[in-house]
Amino acid sequence: MTTSRDIILNAVRANAPAAVALPHVPSFDEGLPPAAERFRHSLELLGGQFVECSPGTDPDRRIGELFPDARVICSNVPEVSGTRPLRAVRAAAELEDVDVAVVRAAFAVAETGSIFLSEAELGLNALGYLAQHLVALLDPADILGNLHHAYRHPAFATARYAVLMSGPSATADIEGVLIRGAQGVRSLKVLPIPRRG
Amino acid sequence: MKRLDHAEAASRFIASTAHEAFHDQRLWDLRQKRDREAHHIPEWEALRELASAIKEHTLSNLAGYLEAFERNATANGVKVHWARDAAEHNQIVHDILSERSAKTLVKSKSMLTEECDMRPFLEARGIEVIETDLGERIQQLDDEPPSHIVVPAVHKLRGDVSEVFARTLGTEPGNEDVHYLAESQRRTTRPYFLAAEAGMTGANFAVAETGAFVVCTNEGNADLSANLPKLHIASIGIEKLIPRTEHLGVFIRLLSRSALGSPITQYTSHFRSPREGAEMHIVLVDHGRSARLGMADFWPALKCIRCGACMNTCPVYRRSGGLSYGATYSGPIGVIIDPTFDIRKYSNLPFASTLNGSCTSVCPVKINIHEQIYKWRRVMSEKRQLPLVKKATMKAAGQVFGSPRLYRAAISATGMAIEGLPRFAIYNWFNKWGRQREVPDAPEATFRAWYLKNRGGR
Amino acid sequence: MKVGLFIPCYVDAFFPEVGIATLEILERCGLDVAYPLDQTCCGQPMGNSGCQEDAAPAEALFVKNFKEFDYIVGPSGSCVHHIRAHFDAIPQTEEVTKLRAATYELVEFLHDVVKLKAFPWAEFPHKVGLHNSCSTLRALRTASASEIDEPPFSKPMNLLRQVRGIEFVTPARPDECCGFGGTFSVFEEPVSAKMGYDKVNDHARAGAEYIVSADMSCLMHQKGCAERLGVGVKFIHIAQILNGARA
Repeated sequence: MTTSRDIILNAVRANAPAAVALPHVPSFDEGLPPAAERFRHSLELLGGQFVECSPGTDPDRRIGELFPDARVICSNVPEVSGTRPLRAVRAAAELEDVDVAVVRAAFAVAETGSIFLSEAELGLNALGYLAQHLVALLDPADILGNLHHAYRHPAFATARYAVLMSGPSATADIEGVLIRGAQGVRSLKVLPIPRRG
Repeated sequence: MKRLDHAEAASRFIASTAHEAFHDQRLWDLRQKRDREAHHIPEWEALRELASAIKEHTLSNLAGYLEAFERNATANGVKVHWARDAAEHNQIVHDILSERSAKTLVKSKSMLTEECDMRPFLEARGIEVIETDLGERIQQLDDEPPSHIVVPAVHKLRGDVSEVFARTLGTEPGNEDVHYLAESQRRTTRPYFLAAEAGMTGANFAVAETGAFVVCTNEGNADLSANLPKLHIASIGIEKLIPRTEHLGVFIRLLSRSALGSPITQYTSHFRSPREGAEMHIVLVDHGRSARLGMADFWPALKCIRCGACMNTCPVYRRSGGLSYGATYSGPIGVIIDPTFDIRKYSNLPFASTLNGSCTSVCPVKINIHEQIYKWRRVMSEKRQLPLVKKATMKAAGQVFGSPRLYRAAISATGMAIEGLPRFAIYNWFNKWGRQREVPDAPEATFRAWYLKNRGGR
Repeated sequence: MKVGLFIPCYVDAFFPEVGIATLEILERCGLDVAYPLDQTCCGQPMGNSGCQEDAAPAEALFVKNFKEFDYIVGPSGSCVHHIRAHFDAIPQTEEVTKLRAATYELVEFLHDVVKLKAFPWAEFPHKVGLHNSCSTLRALRTASASEIDEPPFSKPMNLLRQVRGIEFVTPARPDECCGFGGTFSVFEEPVSAKMGYDKVNDHARAGAEYIVSADMSCLMHQKGCAERLGVGVKFIHIAQILNGARA
């Protein structure tokens, strides 16, 4: 019995245009600007905030200062205790009342101001979207120069879900007016805190 | 199916001065932002060339890449379905939902699902479908299709959105504050994300090497649709395949810069495998794509990555509005794709163009759009899809211009009678020209007459 | 070298002064120029409508009239583009192929072939907005387009800059199509007129007294729009300025 799969593949094979060679993709990384500085510039362009942290900053305390009125803080990083432990969360929908979520980015991309988060960094994927605000710790040593470098990172082959998150949620669908905090987080703050140990 | 009258629809759009002015300026603005990004990247043209070559390579080996994609996605725990056409796509999606008693579906933007007219199919079978992209939601609530593939409600002003929301969401009538309106959509959509049994996305790219697919949004609504419900269905056109993850470096660098003039969308999301305890399904859809692959002049249109840059730059699109094209795909890309869906209905579209070529210049994957528009005109003529007036005018013009004697008789020095052309054609021509423009004056003598007098003729 | 002067039908009928200026510049260059008296049209209107059968007689007649020349020069970007890029309603013999490749638009010809560097007889003391037609810009590539990331260049500007007294103003959208588009101007009249209105208003806002172009078809459309609107901008073909027209 011919399945739709067979029909489609046969049609695609029969109609294939003359073969075109696959080009090699260079890394376009000559003369890239200093990564940390460029990352900060790009992040801010996309509406994210880069929070200066002097060496030895306690992220737990810093976040408390940044969000004095937050009632529910849910953290997936050892440096920040938060008010609700993530492991206690059964269903993603329970995260609906989270004010601030705290994660650590696996790496970042200077060109676009993006941070990489997968299920490993998020704990529960929905955490990065249901919280009103997201705080991401980032080790500056984890900043890659551009997207060509980023897409050679092994995490893309192993993560079930991976997002290059570039600033907070946004839209300009109504008369081109820019709105931050469309459906996802209203703000994204990046704290340059090196990894422990 | 009746021939779509683009000019008539466009004239109605232009008549609404405030709408047309905003629409034109907003999309021109996006075009200028695109230019700024392009001019800041020394390798911009090289990236376009790479993107074009990667797509052409993939399309010329598509069967192999589709098989590899399916193999890898399946190994990742994803269920892969194949749909020959829109009807089969809708049936497959419905069956997945009904087998799990899913009654509510939250979805992010997918032109493919528009193409398949999926929503009415599901709604008729008792499934509530919620568009979560703000622009798509506005259009859904207003019972109107999206007008632009990236900014679906760009043809509306805030007053229109206020009216729609007041009518359907119970927002404050007359409150046109954009922040208020956006917040209202956020507030009223959240409960759906939290309660829906199923979520649906499209895909910008499907990576053969890993079986993963990529969805780009600014709102994060695809991530909410996919990561909350236990069931995630992705509808993916077979032309979305690219060979390797590393190729995303090229396409992601080009996509948002071309679409909106921003270096990247706020969310570039990669789905490879379902979450623990959740399900992921992919529906690979043909719906005319394999047939288009076999069209020697038109298969490169399959390279399209749905950025909308061609729409933003098109001076005709900006002044007509996307709805004037009467199809899921409007603007330049619509002009070269839509005739494959219904050649008669869309037989006018290739003429809704000045062939200026700006679209081809901005296309990140270097589709030769304006050249394909030109070729479609020949197809329309050959397949007898030209309106009678045009066909008759061209036939008469062809005869006049093919004969020096008839031509000279037609161009009289004193009257511009343009004799030799059928009366209705002249009437039609000058009536239309003269509606909003002055007709050129007749000179004392033609150039030929002057030449004979002043150079003796040779 | 023998140059065949190609005067498009609408220039012959409505704007003979453009043909005269074209002829006179070529004569100033000392060229042996002849105007085949039996020429009619290049076939573009029919070709652009997809009507190859109807374009064939005009194309055949064009070849008959121009086959003896080393170069064929015409003051129209769109017509020359049609000849070089499309003109295939008739069998593509060696003669036809050679003729097509030898057809030049006036600016291209003066800039690249004659390499005319100076116009001492020319003076045009006015504020001028340059309109590069889409045919000359994106097809014949006589100037850089704003969409493409490439070093700026402009053959018409190189020529016009040699004219005494000329002052340039730039509209907000320098290379957006003006909306003529051949039969588009009639069959899609609402959009065509709106594009034309926007174009002339843009130039007027920039302070242009004149809009100049290498394509009289665009100018015919823009002029029609300006006159109906009551916008006081004047229109002139580049051949006329380069030939020494003062106004």
